[in-house]
Amino acid sequence: MNTPPAALEIRGLQKQYGKLAALKGVDLEIRPGEFFGLLGPNGAGKSTLISIVAGLVRASAGTVAVLGHDTVRDYRAARRNIGVVPQELVFDPFFNVIDMLRLQAGYYGCGRESWPWIDQLIERLELGEKRHSMMRTLSGGQKRRVLIAQALVHKPPVLILDEPTAGVDVDLRRTLWEFTRELHAQGHTIVLTTHYLEEAEQLCQRVAILDQGAIRVVEPTRQLLNRHPFRFLRLKLNGAGLPDSLRPLVSAEPEGEVELKLDRVKHPVGEVLEALRIHGARIEDVHTREPTLQDIFVELTRKGAPR
Amino acid sequence: MNAEAKRNWIGLRTLTVKEVKRFYSVFGQTVTAPVVTALLYLLVFHQVMEGRVEVYPGVSFSQFLLPGLIMMSVIQNAFANSSSSLIQSKLLGNLVFILMAPLAAVDLFVAYIAASLIRAGAVGLVLYAATWPFVHLPVAQPLVLLGMFLLAGSTLAVIGLIAGIVAAKFDHLAAFQNFLILPASFLSGVFYSIHTLPPFWYSVSHLNPFFYMIDGFRHGFLGVGDVAVWQCFVWTGAFFLLASAVCLLMLTRGYKLRP
Repeated sequence: MNTPPAALEIRGLQKQYGKLAALKGVDLEIRPGEFFGLLGPNGAGKSTLISIVAGLVRASAGTVAVLGHDTVRDYRAARRNIGVVPQELVFDPFFNVIDMLRLQAGYYGCGRESWPWIDQLIERLELGEKRHSMMRTLSGGQKRRVLIAQALVHKPPVLILDEPTAGVDVDLRRTLWEFTRELHAQGHTIVLTTHYLEEAEQLCQRVAILDQGAIRVVEPTRQLLNRHPFRFLRLKLNGAGLPDSLRPLVSAEPEGEVELKLDRVKHPVGEVLEALRIHGARIEDVHTREPTLQDIFVELTRKGAPR
Repeated sequence: MNAEAKRNWIGLRTLTVKEVKRFYSVFGQTVTAPVVTALLYLLVFHQVMEGRVEVYPGVSFSQFLLPGLIMMSVIQNAFANSSSSLIQSKLLGNLVFILMAPLAAVDLFVAYIAASLIRAGAVGLVLYAATWPFVHLPVAQPLVLLGMFLLAGSTLAVIGLIAGIVAAKFDHLAAFQNFLILPASFLSGVFYSIHTLPPFWYSVSHLNPFFYMIDGFRHGFLGVGDVAVWQCFVWTGAFFLLASAVCLLMLTRGYKLRP
């Protein structure tokens, strides 16, 4: 039996802007039906990567295929299979919401048969009251929802969301999370870039961390979290305070407390507590927490981290 | 690959409709204003020149002037439509909606030209209709008229596309319009016959592609012109092909659109 083509297959992707290498040979394969997170600090190359996939930027070298369709040679089929929600709140001030969505469907070769689906999108994204409002009169959150609807008008199997929740309020963020979960449950492949690592942790089955134009890690989210060899111990101390031997382990000092980053093997919690007792520190409060994606992200992308 | 994967007719039609809706939504600016400007030219020149000059035997000055004014409006509006639409989309960022869609370079090319022709045609028709009660201007050669309108309008729409692609801000576009399109259209024989010019300027006028567009269009209305009608079609056609080759190359390679 033939293996189905990858939702996104990126091979040796490079992008050079003058002397700056924005992407340095990225290889990535995203499986059909996956909820995938693409993470990275500002300037890591995420938007360049997505722009190349979307056909907005030309690669210097390498290839991208969407469900087996090369984005350069077979660009019509590739683009029909993909929907991209851009990061910037772009809109066309000459049109209202419904016209904008119908035009967008038309660009993808969808005629009147797509109008009921557009109506569904409008309702699901709570834009019903704004159906005939001009785009320029919408709030930022409403424009964001129209952008999401625009990316879905042609029912693409692969949906890329570039920072969809940047600058939106908590309610809308929750709505968007639910909506993307729904789309994923319906079989869409979702690729999400986000600065909110909590978002990636909750939504994404697998994540890639992109840093300085190169992929640092691609792993299932849970595995990445488990593989991290650290845990955090937060203490409220009285008395003698922290002994010098534990000082190098301090990762944060929130008000009146101290957080230690402990290697699971080298620094068992019991030994640390014993060292504190011997030193004469009195522990008023203690709790541990497992690393979040944020901690791993910081660890992998910090300057001087092994590459 | 099936036929629909090769072509996207609905996409092409939609982009054309979008471009038409765009200029129609600001009809006052895009159609009414240029018609009023052309009417003012006609009024002033009619007042000053009527009865003093007879460029061609049996043709009044207003009859001579009006085809030139209509073609000048066609030229300027075909250029303005494609160039301003493209640069607005670029600067506002909404060009991504078109660039991400399964549309080919030639789809963009055709859609922008079609919309520009519709706007330029609307300006030309409204101007012709508005002057009908005052200037009797029958059409001597309808096919020449239509052919020259299509060829000249398309050429300027393509130049507008090139300008929209190259320009990084509205200033660049204004410079293109003020220092190239406007002088070339004013000095193309709209207001005079080039036979009245000194020998040097007479020769220079033959290098101005807009001269052939105006003269060919005048042939369509009056049946006479400064040069043979076939020359008008050959030169305008050559200019259209050259501009189209440059424009299609830019669109295909994504010059300044897909960095």
